[in-house]
Amino acid sequence: MVDSDKLLRFYRQMLKIRLFEEQVNQLYLGAKMPGLAHLYIGQEAVAVGVCEALRADDYITSTHRGHGHCLAKGAAIDKMFAELLGKADGYCRGKGGSMHIADQERGNLGANAIVGGSAGIATGAALSAKMRGTDQVAVCFFGEGALGQGLLYECMNMAALWKLPVIYLCENNMYNEYTHYSETTAGTIEGRAQAFGIPTETIEGQDVELVYRTASKLIERARKSDGPSFLLCNTYRFHGHHVGDIDRAYYRPKKEEEEWKERRDPVKLLADKLVRSEIVDRQFLAGTESEIAGEIKSGADFALNAPYPDATEVDQDVYA
Amino acid sequence: MAKQAQTTAGRAITFAQAINEALAEEMRRDPKVFILGEDVAEAGTPFKVLSGLVKEFGKERVIDSPISEAGIAGICVGAAMTGMRPVVDIMFGDFATLVMDQMVNQAAKTHYMSGGKLTVPMVMRTTLGATRRSAAQHSQSLHAWFSHIPGLKVVLPATPYDAKGLLKTAIRDDNPVVFFEDKMMYQQKGVVPAQDYTIPFGVADVKRAGKDITLVATSSMVEVSLKAAEILQASNISAEVVDVRTTVPLDKETLIASAQKTTRALVVDEGYERYGVTAEIASVIADGAFYYLDAPVKRMGAMDVPVPFSPVLEDQTVPTPESVAETARKLCGKM
Repeated sequence: MVDSDKLLRFYRQMLKIRLFEEQVNQLYLGAKMPGLAHLYIGQEAVAVGVCEALRADDYITSTHRGHGHCLAKGAAIDKMFAELLGKADGYCRGKGGSMHIADQERGNLGANAIVGGSAGIATGAALSAKMRGTDQVAVCFFGEGALGQGLLYECMNMAALWKLPVIYLCENNMYNEYTHYSETTAGTIEGRAQAFGIPTETIEGQDVELVYRTASKLIERARKSDGPSFLLCNTYRFHGHHVGDIDRAYYRPKKEEEEWKERRDPVKLLADKLVRSEIVDRQFLAGTESEIAGEIKSGADFALNAPYPDATEVDQDVYA
Repeated sequence: MAKQAQTTAGRAITFAQAINEALAEEMRRDPKVFILGEDVAEAGTPFKVLSGLVKEFGKERVIDSPISEAGIAGICVGAAMTGMRPVVDIMFGDFATLVMDQMVNQAAKTHYMSGGKLTVPMVMRTTLGATRRSAAQHSQSLHAWFSHIPGLKVVLPATPYDAKGLLKTAIRDDNPVVFFEDKMMYQQKGVVPAQDYTIPFGVADVKRAGKDITLVATSSMVEVSLKAAEILQASNISAEVVDVRTTVPLDKETLIASAQKTTRALVVDEGYERYGVTAEIASVIADGAFYYLDAPVKRMGAMDVPVPFSPVLEDQTVPTPESVAETARKLCGKM
């Protein structure tokens, strides 16, 4: 069982992601944010459940929908917002933006805007950990859309052959951009990993405690040199593919969205559990929320007031 | 201008042995260096370039992979980002098509996109060159593709001496480096010091001094240009042969200075001529030596056709000593 302190921490982390993403949406709608953003709202339990089971020196690779993974691995809110706004104080000095935040001090090898593009990086980090004789583990986050990419299968094959400490973490939010995954995915998702002899687990990705417990088990397995595994988390993207994807009825029914938000909101589910188990009361949770909202607001304010990079930085760091 | 200082005693070894020696020395020096590729261990690659390395370094550091070019390139990117210095072996340069996302979108951009925090110290060794009767999918010279991408360095050694010194530099470089070896050159011998030395990137080498025309060449075309210079000598044309050695970084100064001196330049390269590296180099020379030039800068690359199989067809597609000499003669106004 997960102790109550830990559950409260999960709650804080999930809420931090939720409120961060809501703030991102506001910044975008207020034309304060260049480019676009892919919100992680609805999937918070996956990033938090997995990253809470990792050590600080373990690796993750992330996706275009990466803010949640980044925060869950310990990134600072203010530097995240600064990167999203293209400011000099951002994680990548404004050169990466929303889809490329990397935070190597916390083992985050970067979000990746090529779907499935980080399968090699995560698997390579696992090979590196093995060769260097550390017991670090790598988690490769990807969505079910990445199941269409051949690179993933090449890497899973090698990870299985060489027993690499990597967990392939598939977040099935059901939509490859604007297309239901059933239209793009033959056979079963788990069958893909099973073909390589990689153990798989399929779980409800909205239950953070379950994600944490399952991830912990697979991470320990990898740490003990027992090889890779594949964890399929069923989840849902509450917003569109990106912030501008407002009219979604042509590809997914409104009713479906409402049902998920109503019954399978990971933040609500955990709040209910905390109250039901009498760990805290609603008033306490409201206090937590306003505390985190304050952190989010001050992070966003920091970013809004932060300077842009000097124009002369444009050709810096092309080469090391 | 860098005259290569071959002061140290060397022995004549093949281009393939020079590559092998560079890898062995670097792997002894630095435990972080390892090799990943198809048939690299016991087979030592189909070209036998890596023969014996697995004996000394074991299968943990000379790793046979499945036939998964994208996967092994990607794994090397991740290993490089986390403290290792991988050398990935991509057997034929034509398979560049399969590794492009990993090299172009991942390896090349990681340092910049991370604001300078992450580095990708990896080497991708691969091959180029036609006339081996290997037809259209095993004969291309695709170094222009990589030279186009900011974040990558591109190395094209033309002699065993350069191959060893440049490969050692590539392995010690903190950036992704694409290292092209001419398949036809593997058995060619040259004098190579037995001890450690490196050759800096971005330093062209004057392989032959001359005063009437500059032949700028890369990789396989250096030897072709040297032979062309011999032919030209018979017509009393003194050709200078400049080997760029690395297209990225490019030693513009040496190229421009040579063209200013000789007043004529012909750029020769085995990549497709259309949009090829010859175009970039010719432009650099035209810009930098314009007021000194007595003729337009000319360029010769591979014919813009898929490389054909039949020898009678294939041999027409690449510049030869004769065709280079003929073009050079025309440029010098002597027919």
